[in-house]
Amino acid sequence: MDVVLLERLSPGGQVLTTDVVENWPGDVDGVSGFELSDRMRDHALKFGLKIKNDEIIKLASDGQIKVLTTPEGEIRAKAVILAVGAQPRKLGVPGEDLLIGKGVSYCGTCDGPFYREQTVVCFGGGDTAAEEAVFLTRFAKKVYLVHRRDQLRAAGVLAERVLNNPKIEVLWSQVPLEIKGQDKVEAVRLKKLKDEVEYDLPCDGAFVFVGTSPNTGFLRGVVDMDREGFIIHDRNQHTSMNGVFAAGDCCSKLLRQIVVAAGEGAVATYAAQRYLEEVHE
Amino acid sequence: MSDNVLQVNDDNFEAEILSSDTPALVDFWASWCGPCRAIAPVVEELAEQYAGKLKVAKLNVDESPKTPGQYGIRAIPTLILFKDGKVADQITGAVSKSHLQAAIDKQLA
Repeated sequence: MDVVLLERLSPGGQVLTTDVVENWPGDVDGVSGFELSDRMRDHALKFGLKIKNDEIIKLASDGQIKVLTTPEGEIRAKAVILAVGAQPRKLGVPGEDLLIGKGVSYCGTCDGPFYREQTVVCFGGGDTAAEEAVFLTRFAKKVYLVHRRDQLRAAGVLAERVLNNPKIEVLWSQVPLEIKGQDKVEAVRLKKLKDEVEYDLPCDGAFVFVGTSPNTGFLRGVVDMDREGFIIHDRNQHTSMNGVFAAGDCCSKLLRQIVVAAGEGAVATYAAQRYLEEVHE
Repeated sequence: MSDNVLQVNDDNFEAEILSSDTPALVDFWASWCGPCRAIAPVVEELAEQYAGKLKVAKLNVDESPKTPGQYGIRAIPTLILFKDGKVADQITGAVSKSHLQAAIDKQLA
């Protein structure tokens, strides 16, 4: 097989924004997201993978051939594995877009050091929200974690770290209405779900960890997706388009972890190879 | 690292960027920032592609905290396009090469 990896930025994706990966099998003491990304890239290079910096803006079929459109041209392939990943989902409240980079952030490990001895508000209740809230206590003097439910969805050990951290205060059953500020974040407007009371919470930063949104916009109408845009596939990772497979966080599934993505990658690769033998030989 | 990418700091920022005859793109980054690392090869490619027309520079916000403070930078990577010493465009986050090219072309036009 002649294989090329088309990479929009550099390999790693969301793993690169993870401070410590604690659930990668075999790395008992955890491994930094940087290191794990590098190791995976080097491992693939060792077996002869070619990496090309390019962006795909369209996928189409020409008979049995898949045609990938880039900003500068076209790449033709017999089979394609979509591993386009996901990115942090936005809150979707007024002020958010205007204040990105001016106090609104989706990456604690990137922007935490800008908030030394300041007050930050985090949104979310899952694993990422719990990890990042704890990470931010290294810098911030106070971290509020705003969650719409009355308990965290994060794994037990992560939730415990949040609840036991004296710098973190969880604001249960509250939702954001607006992020306020002119040139920088000054406050977030919150609503308490129990009594509908609204109030402004002054802060210097607003960190958003409310799940992910798949990078599948360019595939709409090309392969079947679920309601949120995650790619639907069979148990061999085959999508609704013949010869097109999917792996990783862009897939419709229950659990998004690196180990799951790696497993799907293995299945997709094997299935793609079988497909090539059956259809193209 | 590419020879086309200039390293700037708090001390030479004014001379290299603000007083530059050609427009300049500055990548504000830090070693602990994953998306900064993700976008680094794209910045290098842009430096090569626009050589002579655009000055491309990197500023480490850990080593030079004064300049990012002046521009209100609270998230990285942030890329600022300077033209005649003024901010012409500002982009936060690891965006694609085509996105950056469009922003640069608009300023060079």
